[in-house]
Amino acid sequence: MLTGILRRVGRRLLASIPALFGVVVVTFVLMRVLPGDPAVFFSSGPSAGKEEIEELRRSMGLDRPIPVQLVRYLGEVATGNLGRSMTTGQPVISDMTRRLPASLELTCTALFIALMFSIPLGVAAALRPGTAIDHVVRMLCTLGVCVPTFVSGLLLIYAFYYLLGWAPDPTGRIDIFASAPPDITGFFLIDFALKGDWEGWMAAFSQLLLPACTMALFVLAPLARMTRASMLAVLGSDFIRTAHAMGLSRLRIIVAYALRNALLPVLTITGIVFSTMLGANVLVEKVFSWPGVASYALDALLASDYAPVQAFVLLMAMIFVMVNVTIDVLYGIADPRVSVA
Amino acid sequence: MTQDLLRVENLQVTFSTRHGTVTALHGIDIALKAGETLGIVGESGSGKSVTSLAVMRLLDRAGRITGGRVTFEGRDITHAGHADLRRLRGSALSMIFQNPRAALNPIRTVEQQIVDVLAAHGKLSRANARTQALDLLRAVLIRDPEARLSAYPHELSGGMCQRVMIAMAIACEPVLLIADEPTTGLDVTTQQTVMELLARIQAERGMAMILITHDLGLAARWCDRIAVMEAGRVVEQGETVALFEAPAHPYTKRLVAASPTRASTLADLAPPDLARDAPPVVAAPRERKPGTPPLLELVHVVKSFGGPTRAVDDVSFQIPRGGSLGLVGESGSGKSTLSRLICRLIDPDDGDIVFDGESIARTPAREFHLSPRRRDIQIVFQDPNDSLNPRYTAFDSIAHPLRRLEGLRDGPALQTRVREAARRAGLPMDLLERFPHQLSGGQKARVGIARAVAPRPRLLILDEPTAALDVSVQAVILQLLDRLRREDGIGLLFVSHDLNVVRMLCDDLVVLQAGKVVETGPSQSIFQRPQAAYTRMLLDAVPYFDPQRTELLKTA
Repeated sequence: MLTGILRRVGRRLLASIPALFGVVVVTFVLMRVLPGDPAVFFSSGPSAGKEEIEELRRSMGLDRPIPVQLVRYLGEVATGNLGRSMTTGQPVISDMTRRLPASLELTCTALFIALMFSIPLGVAAALRPGTAIDHVVRMLCTLGVCVPTFVSGLLLIYAFYYLLGWAPDPTGRIDIFASAPPDITGFFLIDFALKGDWEGWMAAFSQLLLPACTMALFVLAPLARMTRASMLAVLGSDFIRTAHAMGLSRLRIIVAYALRNALLPVLTITGIVFSTMLGANVLVEKVFSWPGVASYALDALLASDYAPVQAFVLLMAMIFVMVNVTIDVLYGIADPRVSVA
Repeated sequence: MTQDLLRVENLQVTFSTRHGTVTALHGIDIALKAGETLGIVGESGSGKSVTSLAVMRLLDRAGRITGGRVTFEGRDITHAGHADLRRLRGSALSMIFQNPRAALNPIRTVEQQIVDVLAAHGKLSRANARTQALDLLRAVLIRDPEARLSAYPHELSGGMCQRVMIAMAIACEPVLLIADEPTTGLDVTTQQTVMELLARIQAERGMAMILITHDLGLAARWCDRIAVMEAGRVVEQGETVALFEAPAHPYTKRLVAASPTRASTLADLAPPDLARDAPPVVAAPRERKPGTPPLLELVHVVKSFGGPTRAVDDVSFQIPRGGSLGLVGESGSGKSTLSRLICRLIDPDDGDIVFDGESIARTPAREFHLSPRRRDIQIVFQDPNDSLNPRYTAFDSIAHPLRRLEGLRDGPALQTRVREAARRAGLPMDLLERFPHQLSGGQKARVGIARAVAPRPRLLILDEPTAALDVSVQAVILQLLDRLRREDGIGLLFVSHDLNVVRMLCDDLVVLQAGKVVETGPSQSIFQRPQAAYTRMLLDAVPYFDPQRTELLKTA
């Protein structure tokens, strides 16, 4: 069983290499085709002379033909060098390793909150289709999708920070005057917990809660709707009728028979939602000054800073692959009909 | 006077649909004594399943009991609460269903599901839950019960799933078991063993049973009393032998007439009013001139799907021009693979397929649609519902092969050809503009046949074309196919597990087992003197409609 899973994971990872290669090449070419000249942007100022810009361009290697640049870039990627950010002056790798945990922590928490609400809501709606509960759930989901994250984020800040004063000021992962935890995993909640600093943990958690809720609100809809649809389908299936005919208790039928089967498609959607949240919720990071990878990539893109953008896209592609493989393995464990080999 | 175990009085059920309320049961009266077997027979839509679900109070949300009473063991359970019902279901009153594989939870093991039932009624002793489950599996005579405990439903055959289902249903020793089409969709031999198992368990435990079936042969063989249902009413009920010997109601008479007996011919099956589309035809003597090549010849055909055994293993046979050949065997015998090979939807690994003296095995399956032979070999699929495009009208479905294979454009020529095909399939012209969901099962089957005969094929492959149809519809469709063969000289390859149907329709027979031909020859002689043990077993399992139960008397 375990070796089967490992073999499958290995095969899937190998199979994803061509796709990753394609992503690298396409991003590289796209960045070159887009308007904007990094040399002009990063020269000393608007008054910089032509020679100075030419000099900069040569030092950045931009004077070479694009295919040559591409080959050199591929070589660097293969040796693990993703280049240096012109904006921060740091190697992209070190910027990424500092910022990725922030994004992951936010996304995982948001996903957890979303699942905590969407699955019960979806189940409730499916158990009473067409009733008030169903309509309320539908309305909540529609609202979550319709309101852009920057609006819902600002509304949450207005309500919980400005009016009620319950939330800390929405600036980054931790209060500016508080000290960050020792850098063990990069996940503040885990690091504080490891150190046993529960006051710091609470501080980090309260900083995290509002942006995570904002994100969760946005993905509530796909998860809850999927749970509802798949739960409805399962509740109508023959084996649920059998369970009723055998006199099983209602709770057991709903949880052990219906929900476990209904969660299989929800699992698939969860994988997609997670990957999307990580990259696409740049607005949440911006609104809450969250030092994550998405806002980092957006800044770099606006500055025509090639290296961080290319690294970001590659990172996203790799995370997408990893998430898909993980979901596949989980699916194989949850559903005996999927052969492991 | 003995007390009735179950009494249903004037039971009325309505369903609320988008088009208002529909009454499904118009006052049903049935009664059942302890240990007795009652058969409820009728065609699809007659309300026999609704009756059983109403008794179990398992109707879905749209269905409602609007009148009448259900009394079980002297208690009125018509309006019993959820908790009372839960205690009753699965313990005193149990049920098994059609399509056993779907009726089991796909992601729980057999053991877990049996234990769930025991636990629900407090009959489980934690210490030996496994032993209890094992004993139940032994009671339903499953081979290798220890290994089956940890199996999932998809790893079991349909017959084994039904045994597991029975094990769950009898786990808490019910006094009444409702079996809703328990053997429909199973192989004939499996059908027989499942019914024998049910009868045995019933006798051992003194359990009463309601057997719901569309198969009069099955009901006649296993039931003490029969209730015949039509359109939500019980039109006739009584002792099995008396009822079938002298049916009083016209509907019962029609059902009895349409049910194949050991000696019936196609012409016997449908009364004149049903057969109006198929006037009796005088059998034209078919010429079998020596020297003309057969219509189809298979020479040592082999097909393997990479498994340890071959799906089709060295099969050879012939169909003469205008002849009809029946291909029979249980599921997994390779008959569907063979029909797909002949239809050239898949490629054989070895051997040759010769159509009208010309080898067609060498054209790869994916290019066969370009071959002129594509028109000559057409297929009618098993499920009339799933084999029609739901977005195509009947006209479009029939016109499709004409457009694709003959390049006909919209116009009078296409109109004529579609109408001709519809006429040959006995499809009324005013149905041509309808979509599949607006047609009945029999009408959909006719659209499928019209589509297949539209390009004027010379060989028609029929993959269990009547398996999903009611007996009266089956009778008409069989007569139609026979007429196509006699009048138009179309060769028929009839794939079926129903030997009785094959006997009536086909001149010759090929019996397949595990991909190999075990017996071949003229149908009549195989039916009278089967040579192979396997053929004998298949023949013995056929549930003939035999109201006098000569079979049982003989064995008793």
